[in-house]
Amino acid sequence: MADNTASFVRNQLIPESPPPSSETGAIKWVRENLFSSPLNIFMTVVSLWAIYSLIINVAPWFINGVWSGSSVRDCYEVLDGATGACFAVLKERWPQLIYGFKYPASEFWRPNLAAILLCIAIAPVLFRTVSRKLFFFTLIYPFLAFWLVWGGTILTSIVAFAGFLVALLSFRKLENHGFVIALIGGCAAALVCWILGGYIIDLGENFVALPAVPSRDMGGFMLNLILGTVCVSLSLPLGIVLALGRQSNMPIIKWICVFFIEFIRGVPLITLLFVANVVLAYFFPPDTNIDLILRVIIMITLFSAAYIAEVIRGGLAALPSGQYEAANSLGLDYAQSMRLIILPQALKVSIPGIVNVAVGLFKDTTLVSIISMFDLIGMIRGPILASTAWSGVYWELFAFAAMIFFIVCYSISQYSQWLERQLETDHR
Amino acid sequence: MDLPNGSSEAPFSVSMLVNDKRYRGYTFQFIALLLLIFAMAYLGWNLTQNLAAKGLNISYQFLRVPAGYDINQRLIEYTSQSTHLRASIVGVLNTLLIAFLGCIMATVIGVFAGILRLSNNWIVAKLMAIYVEIFRNVPVLIWILIISGIFIVALPQPRSFRGENPEATMLWDAFAFTGRGIYAPKPLFNEGSSFVIVAFLLSLAAIFAYRRYAREKLYSEGVLLPTRWPSIALFFVPTVVVFFIAGSPIGVEYPELKGFNFKGGIWARGSLIALWFALSIYTGAFIAENVRAGIQAISKGQTEAAAALGMRPNFVMNLVVLPQALRVIIPPLISQYLNLTKNSSLAIAVGYMDITGTLGGITLNQTGRAIEAVLLLMLFYLIISLSISAVMNVYNNSVKIKER
Repeated sequence: MADNTASFVRNQLIPESPPPSSETGAIKWVRENLFSSPLNIFMTVVSLWAIYSLIINVAPWFINGVWSGSSVRDCYEVLDGATGACFAVLKERWPQLIYGFKYPASEFWRPNLAAILLCIAIAPVLFRTVSRKLFFFTLIYPFLAFWLVWGGTILTSIVAFAGFLVALLSFRKLENHGFVIALIGGCAAALVCWILGGYIIDLGENFVALPAVPSRDMGGFMLNLILGTVCVSLSLPLGIVLALGRQSNMPIIKWICVFFIEFIRGVPLITLLFVANVVLAYFFPPDTNIDLILRVIIMITLFSAAYIAEVIRGGLAALPSGQYEAANSLGLDYAQSMRLIILPQALKVSIPGIVNVAVGLFKDTTLVSIISMFDLIGMIRGPILASTAWSGVYWELFAFAAMIFFIVCYSISQYSQWLERQLETDHR
Repeated sequence: MDLPNGSSEAPFSVSMLVNDKRYRGYTFQFIALLLLIFAMAYLGWNLTQNLAAKGLNISYQFLRVPAGYDINQRLIEYTSQSTHLRASIVGVLNTLLIAFLGCIMATVIGVFAGILRLSNNWIVAKLMAIYVEIFRNVPVLIWILIISGIFIVALPQPRSFRGENPEATMLWDAFAFTGRGIYAPKPLFNEGSSFVIVAFLLSLAAIFAYRRYAREKLYSEGVLLPTRWPSIALFFVPTVVVFFIAGSPIGVEYPELKGFNFKGGIWARGSLIALWFALSIYTGAFIAENVRAGIQAISKGQTEAAAALGMRPNFVMNLVVLPQALRVIIPPLISQYLNLTKNSSLAIAVGYMDITGTLGGITLNQTGRAIEAVLLLMLFYLIISLSISAVMNVYNNSVKIKER
């Protein structure tokens, strides 16, 4: 090859030249993602215009926002005619927005502590990597939180917890005699424990007592949180029972469950809250006086139980029938096969759906403001906007309410999506 | 597993009621029924005791008593002298109106947002994602209050339309957007207008018949008839011709500024518009998610196969992806309609008089007939929900993949 006739042949490689500038980096990305066709250009321009006009309108309002002052007139003075928000209301009415307007200020540490403990108690439920030992704390948390938020003697919570503990122990003792007998025995033991405990509570009313706060004094965002967590946790077991009942092959039980679920799902929550507000009292024995918050908890629990039951029914239906047959072939009876084989799998499948129901329910707790309870929305529409000091501070308050709900609900739904991905990998 | 002998012929004993699989079902059902009857009896007993203590009874006579309150948004004739029953009917119609309008607009918004969220355009996709997340994660009550606030504050009051140099002007001299609501022209039907309406309905029927004929011709003979221009011609020409032959019987009444307010035309109250907008934009976010999920459920192979046949992108969407996606989208879409209808009961928060505002609100408070009013209210919503689910079941069965 030495006597090549060509005048010049390059014998080493040319270094790779970079791609043309229109084909790399940001320019390429912009061209492909924003300006690839006339329609795309149009949409990009429209969206940029929408973003621009939103920012131009909201930014000065937000940036000029006044953070201190004791009434809306103070804000106007500081702003001096310029547009601007009056965030001072959030600062001044913060306790009202969070705790309602009657919860004693000296006791604010109690709901705060309960909220922090809630995060600890809920961790082992949400994340499987958290130590299993914390589960014990989750079990005592409801009783602890009740004592913290409502006050009174700690004996009430202890007796309530002891009742459940006794029920569990006697259930375990009697389990060999069959599920039904064990269940009846457990219930009887708990009843005895609570009746005896009632006397003890009467004796030691001041034993490790916190100042009692009646439930009509609860309000603000705390009320939304209480209603959300209490109703979701109470409706879970009820929902499981309803779902099993609906799947049952005993016609009477099945139809009772179907009727209940379809009835509740067919009416809006607001009508059930009307029931709690004006009708439910008629169905309690005369001269019992059950306060509004408890009646509302009962109705919201029934409401979410129906929805959770449908989610769990989906989980049960998704299980291959081989699982049911396997449980039968092992000689397990109905209660055992449900407890050991079916429910653990069905519940695992339905967790994302349950979380969705929980988010929806938490959002729906704002409806209690319509039956004049003072939750976050009730506080804003009632005492705060009606006061002479803060009348007309509309946007700041509702933007705050929207933000606080968005943060909570968005994090829960992100968690649910994360969990869905976790569960998916487990199956493959 | 019946053994040939033994267990099936064992002498009956009481313990078999619980332990034997053959009898256990009956025992449990019997107990459940007993408990149910007992619970019902207990609640009924409490109810009669409580009612007797308050000197009340269950009676629906209150429905015949004059209501004595005004309803500003109404579709049928109603005065404060009308009965509570009529007030309830006005409320029912208002609920149906808001549900109907809301479902249409929510579908439009949701389908647009859902498709745009899958767009190649980065900014549009992100904007739609933000819209969906923001609206899904904030309670609908807050949205209703915020949006009704926007409508009251942001739109001008009727008085700003007055004067030589008004701050606000009407759109095409026909529509006025004010803080009190939207004023629009109202059609006036004079003598002979029935001919025009009949002609219009007939031309609609003709369009359907023609398209059906064209499709059958395409399937049986493979001849592709034009459909777009004939349809448009059929839609307009006969109606317009009859309109002029009959001597222009349908006129229009424009809203006019009289004093401090508009008179004439159709007045849609601010509360109706705000509620409509809030409900549809909120439900639209959920529908967008359903639409997106439905489109994504169609496997990529379908799109690629259509592209391989040489179809253009909009044909791929219209002829291949959407018909299949609809099967996935429609059931959750209908349950969103149901949710919208149920959420419309929050109208009470902005003062729109739907059934919850009339029967469950003022009527309940005036007459004190809590049990009866709430019962009727629940029954109404239940009937709507059950009929929508019945429709959904029929539809589900009709689009089910026919397996051969």
